[in-house]
Amino acid sequence: MKLRRSMLFLPGANAAMLSTAYVFKPDTIMFDLEDAVSLREKDAARILVFHALQMPVYRDIETAVRINPLSTPFGLKDLEAVVRAGVDVVRLPKTDTADDVKALETEVERIERDCGREVGSTKLMAAIESASGVVNAVAIATASKRLVGIALAGFDYVMDMQTERGDGAELFYARCAVLHAARFAKIDAFDVVFSDVNDDEGFLKEVDLIRRLGFNGKSLINPRQIDLLHNAFAPTQEEVDYSRRVVAAAEQGERQGLGVVSLNGKMIDAPVIEHARVVLRRADASGVRQ
Amino acid sequence: MTAAIRERLVGAPLPQGLEPFAGVTAHAPHLATRESKYGRKLCKSLEDAIRASGLKNGMTISFHHAFREGDKTINHVVDTLAAMGFRDLTLAPSSLLSCNAPLIEHIRSGVIRRIYTSGMRGKLAEAISNGLMEEPINVHSHGGRVHLIDSGELTLDVAFLAVATADEFGNANAISGRSRCGSLGYAMVDAARARKVVLLTEELVPFPNTPASIRQDQVDLVVKVDQIGDPSKISVGAARITSNPRELLIARLAADVMEHAGWFEDGFSLQTGTGGSATATARFIEHRMVKKGIKAAFALGGITGSIVDLHKKGLIGRILDTQSFDAVAARSLAENPEHWEISTNTYANPTSKGACSDRVDMVILSALEIDLGFNVNVITGSDGVMRGASGGHSDVAAGANLPIVVGPLIRSRIPTVVERCTTVVTPGETIGVLVTDHGIAVNPNRPEVADRLKAAGLPVTTIEDLYARAIALTGKPQPIEFLDKVVGIIRYRDGSVIDVVRQVK
Repeated sequence: MKLRRSMLFLPGANAAMLSTAYVFKPDTIMFDLEDAVSLREKDAARILVFHALQMPVYRDIETAVRINPLSTPFGLKDLEAVVRAGVDVVRLPKTDTADDVKALETEVERIERDCGREVGSTKLMAAIESASGVVNAVAIATASKRLVGIALAGFDYVMDMQTERGDGAELFYARCAVLHAARFAKIDAFDVVFSDVNDDEGFLKEVDLIRRLGFNGKSLINPRQIDLLHNAFAPTQEEVDYSRRVVAAAEQGERQGLGVVSLNGKMIDAPVIEHARVVLRRADASGVRQ
Repeated sequence: MTAAIRERLVGAPLPQGLEPFAGVTAHAPHLATRESKYGRKLCKSLEDAIRASGLKNGMTISFHHAFREGDKTINHVVDTLAAMGFRDLTLAPSSLLSCNAPLIEHIRSGVIRRIYTSGMRGKLAEAISNGLMEEPINVHSHGGRVHLIDSGELTLDVAFLAVATADEFGNANAISGRSRCGSLGYAMVDAARARKVVLLTEELVPFPNTPASIRQDQVDLVVKVDQIGDPSKISVGAARITSNPRELLIARLAADVMEHAGWFEDGFSLQTGTGGSATATARFIEHRMVKKGIKAAFALGGITGSIVDLHKKGLIGRILDTQSFDAVAARSLAENPEHWEISTNTYANPTSKGACSDRVDMVILSALEIDLGFNVNVITGSDGVMRGASGGHSDVAAGANLPIVVGPLIRSRIPTVVERCTTVVTPGETIGVLVTDHGIAVNPNRPEVADRLKAAGLPVTTIEDLYARAIALTGKPQPIEFLDKVVGIIRYRDGSVIDVVRQVK
């Protein structure tokens, strides 16, 4: 299962960043053609990203591109370029309804056929940035088999909700709605960017919250946030040790033909064992929290 | 009275070569008056000091560069010498920086004829790279400078040494007073070796001024000046940890290398240098030391606040400081009993009776270019123009158990890893490991280090692979066009010539 804790956004018009950002090893690199690119650089950014996607150095890392909405003059051009260049995931911004996803899927499939790319090999991700998107989250999350995840985008959403970013209370419903839709559709859920890159403490506080809520990961805007995030998502040594004991006790119980086993006087049943296995898998991927 | 004493010798034949007693002041005339006894070294003005020093056309003058970009002494003294009509001087500072651009005029007018320096930057370096001087400059390492002096090639006729405080006898330091640059490691060498030593001090303090980095028995003349340097420009922001993600990535990899290369044990020693990645490496190594429960015996070299911080946390036993790179380091030298000032002779002279550089386990070094043979260029930029300094690079690379070069694979669109260095300053055989943001390359002559790093799961590749990656990203740069004229001679630390710099076209 593909691990997607960190999605690093890179402005598509910045050639130096595009060519070397893979060294920071986020789980997914997100080339941005939308909000991080000014109107007069849209074409240049598209050409740069088209070439970056084909660089051998990006073979070992999941690439995603946030295209402009298909309703703009740039959206379809972006899509033509990135699907042909072999992007792994196309991120659709401002997804309000399931039809937005379906319209995108239709175009992707046409381009795949046109350029000889395996049909279905381009995955999709939908960004939910409005009240409409949040209300339609379940329909959006289940709109296409190509969807690997849905992401909440905080800035436009709070604007639409006529509020502003604060302590997180303003995002609570949206986070839960997006998360439930993703879990219902069995796809990944991603949280908003944390924009103050110098506030490590605030960032980690937010990461802790969304990790406990159940998000798979978060959009990032500075490479410095990657290690902080990965470390926060790693289980602690205590959790790993306990999980090892749980799995060992469960295996022993199985050998002895016991349905339910106990560890230090506490009953261990199937959900506890499954959770322990998840923790150990997470430790394999992220190491132990430092 | 003297006559009475001499009468005693009447009829006593003296062995040949011995002279009879001629009075208490015969060889110590300054004892004749109270004024001369105490004040014989004090000069009213820099001009007086220059006249009293016996400086003549064609001689060699020396300086230290501990104030770096904040230095006010070199330009001031050379301006004064020019106004006094001196010509054909050899300028032998421990190094030159961008602030020394006014020297260009003095080279043009013939005041300065030759230069020995560790490096140069800015307009002066550009002008010299473009053929300003008739004679090529000599670029030496910090340790190599002492060797050139001791070998007799470089004779320091008059040393003009900036100090923050001095007493009238010449006891001086730079850890007290207004303008504190901290260690006087470079100046200590000149004070011990120059034929005449002139102190330029901002403040005259009562005798005895202790600790005396430069001692009264080394000093000929003392002159008070308005300003010797601006310590705030020694290293702007060096105490601040870098926020550049690429530098942080390299620093963390460098700390990984230090942890796993084979020397990370209680009592190890380190030198980290002063660049963004180097300073951050000190931060990253801290966690690893705490985790493993080990301490370093000492840290050497150019000292920054990061190293002082580790020392204060008990993670580094002693600091051996030849140049203080920020105010934190300068203050620590004044306050910390285990923060020691050492001369560049003690630091890194290959022919001294003992150089600390030979005792360092791991050192973090920088590079403008490193080539497929691990040779390092820290002098010329990708345009062939001089823009750096030899510094202690080749010294510590030769002495340390594991020299680690750190740098980004690409700077903007210029590769750091190249097929062949524009200029070789440090021979590749002395470099152990290269750490870039794109991975780690280990010198093939250190297979055991490569094995250890690979075993620790670090991203070890070959330098050829890093080069190929750089070229894949940037394309192959056009070769720089040079003229035949040699503008700089790169001296290895033992005095031998390791490369030359030619005039850029």
